Amino acid sequence: MFFTYLRRELRRRRKAALVVASGLALGIALVIVVTSVSAGMKQAQGKVLESLYGLGTDLTVTKAQERPAEGAQPARPRFEFQGGEDGEEQSGDRLMVQGFQTLADSTVATVAKQAGVGRAVGGLSLVNLKINGEFRRGQIQRGEGQSQGRPPGQGGTGGGPGDTVTGGGAAFDVDSFTLYGTDVTTPDLGPLTTSTVTEGRAFRTTETDAAVVVVDSAYAQQQDLAVGDELTVKGVTFEVIGIATADSGQSAAQVYLPLERAQTLSGSAGKVTTVYVEATDSTRIDAVKAAIQKNVPGTTVTTSADLAQTVSGSLDTAAGLASDVGRWLSYAVLLAAVLVAGLLTSSAVSRRVREFGTLKALGWKSGRVTRQVVGEALVHGVIGGALGIAVGLAGAYAVTAVSPTLTAELGASAGGFAGRGGGVVLGGPGGAGGPGAARTAAGRSVDIALTAPVSLTTVGLAVLLALAGGLVAGAFGAWRASRLRPADALRRVE
Amino acid sequence: MYELIGVTKQYRRGQARVDALAGIDLTIAQGDRLVVQGPTGGGKSTLLQMLGGLDRPTAGSVLLDGTDLAKLSESRLTAVRGQYIGFVFQSFNLIPTLTAQENVETALVPLGVKAAERRRRAAEALESVGLGERLAHLPSELSGGQQQRVAIARALVKRPQVLLADEPTGNLDESTRDEIADLLEGLWKEHGLTFVMVTHDSALARRAPRLATLRKGRVTVTENPKAAAPTGA
Ligand SMILES: Nc1ncnc2c1ncn2[C@@H]1O[C@H](COP(=O)(O)OP(=O)(O)OP(=O)(O)O)[C@@H](O)[C@H]1O
Ligand SMILES: [Mg+2]
Repeated sequence: MFFTYLRRELRRRRKAALVVASGLALGIALVIVVTSVSAGMKQAQGKVLESLYGLGTDLTVTKAQERPAEGAQPARPRFEFQGGEDGEEQSGDRLMVQGFQTLADSTVATVAKQAGVGRAVGGLSLVNLKINGEFRRGQIQRGEGQSQGRPPGQGGTGGGPGDTVTGGGAAFDVDSFTLYGTDVTTPDLGPLTTSTVTEGRAFRTTETDAAVVVVDSAYAQQQDLAVGDELTVKGVTFEVIGIATADSGQSAAQVYLPLERAQTLSGSAGKVTTVYVEATDSTRIDAVKAAIQKNVPGTTVTTSADLAQTVSGSLDTAAGLASDVGRWLSYAVLLAAVLVAGLLTSSAVSRRVREFGTLKALGWKSGRVTRQVVGEALVHGVIGGALGIAVGLAGAYAVTAVSPTLTAELGASAGGFAGRGGGVVLGGPGGAGGPGAARTAAGRSVDIALTAPVSLTTVGLAVLLALAGGLVAGAFGAWRASRLRPADALRRVE
Repeated sequence: MYELIGVTKQYRRGQARVDALAGIDLTIAQGDRLVVQGPTGGGKSTLLQMLGGLDRPTAGSVLLDGTDLAKLSESRLTAVRGQYIGFVFQSFNLIPTLTAQENVETALVPLGVKAAERRRRAAEALESVGLGERLAHLPSELSGGQQQRVAIARALVKRPQVLLADEPTGNLDESTRDEIADLLEGLWKEHGLTFVMVTHDSALARRAPRLATLRKGRVTVTENPKAAAPTGA
């Protein structure tokens, strides 16, 4: 009788069932969409971080930032130009260590010896600056210099290749690209792991000091470089042996070369900028961090969690919205839906006072009547859950299909990542006014397409929520039904 | 069958107190047919609730075959209702979403009758009230008289000892009223039931062998030997 009665009620009171179910469905769909969008954001953030770190890297070790003395000049590239004749072209070429901070090679071995460290590999990040330009005497155009030049202190972020700086009566073309000296003997750790060689080949483990480079596909396209071409850096000719494509669309550097080559070329023999560390147990990263910090002085240890905190921009804002506002909003909607479902169920019981009273008069136990009410509410919950999951999946799918683009600003202020961005500081005097500013400016922005992956856990959560919603609604009704007196059956008016 | 001793029922609504029943002493023998009459608000429905174990008296005893219903627990009372007592209501009180047959079946659910047996007995009961062709009809697809027949089948399908009817013809037109009254009378005779019926209809009251009149919670019983034999039988 339970199922017959249940089936009949649901079929013949379809509209009421649908109202309760769609309320629950709305809440559940919202929870699914918000949860999956927020998972998508986490994934996007992970991708952004991975593009910096490389696969398998749990933390990085860099030189601790030294506090500059008050008023001290920050380390900054310097070009010495003579004030030549008007229009006379001059040029300079500098290969510099990004972030101007290095660690000794031996640090890699020291770090590797620490408890919990699986492997460690060093890398050297460089930036090559080439400046071509001329002084124009008497060409100072009042106001124009202001409007064309960037406002002080804001100069760095976009300073890509080919920028023109006009100011102080000089016009210079700046051509810069980033280089990364990679330990070719450990090809499966470090930033290059997030790139795939799509043309040519990767480094051989024997090419520790070879004059060969792997070029990032975006840079190769821009510079019209192909496998077999030559690339000159600081007077040394390199052969392009491979083109690498960054998996996330964001490469760690534009040109990769063997570490030893990079060290000699930049005059920083025996130095690295970053040690990439793989922990033996990825759940104990904090302990590893503590161990390194304690036993390898003068270093900054950065975990991906630390790095994640430096991510800002629309991705971060959206992620924050999704995980805070969105989550609470969706739960609030769900709660409201459950409450409304409960009230509707309860009022449905009130409308059926005589019906339930009659059943009690016929000898139906209170529990049997209650079970009937709860059963109906549970089915409402299940229908709501099914609808909600369908709508939620459709919503998540729509987000993935549209894939709105979000921008992640990677502040490199987490120490070690200073300078490994694509941007280069080009501030005039009083521009980027110190290492801090320089570091911030050295951050970069990454565009990431947002997806909304729906996990089984999310669907499972939705099912649980639907059942819970049905149960809560049922409890409202049950409470109402259990208080009915059989004498209510004799009530003439409803 | 029934012995009511000093049954009192008071309803309280805020300050006001209503004595729906003010000390009723009444005996109803097994197989008796009692018609209850009286002005509105006289306490007729309240008396029926006491007899049917739908509510408990404020004071007094309602003895059914020696068991005091006033002292039974709610679940025992529910069991007594399910097993011994059949109800027919003025407004039929069918479950609107269930078919005629399923409505009749609901009375067998508390007795733990298996589904197949339930269906068979429900069909049989509907047949006996002349609705053998309407098993799958919903209440909304039946006329008032037909709905009341379904309700009667529901009351009798479990073969109760007592049939209680609160104005069973109150919502019906005159010709249907006579049909239902005849049906109830016939079934009473056939099953040897103890039958208590509340009615406003003096024509029906005249046919009763025993008449109880409730006025302001007090009862007066009149015997009517002329009507002892049911008409139309
Ligand atoms: N649940 C209740 N709460 C308060 N008062 C009630 C309740 N049920 C009945 N009463 C009161 O008790 C008195 C008797 O009511 P009852 O329903 O028994 O009368 P009745 O004889 O059946 O009347 P009617 O012919 O109109 O059906 C009335 O005054 C009624 O208002
Ligand atoms: Mg009444």
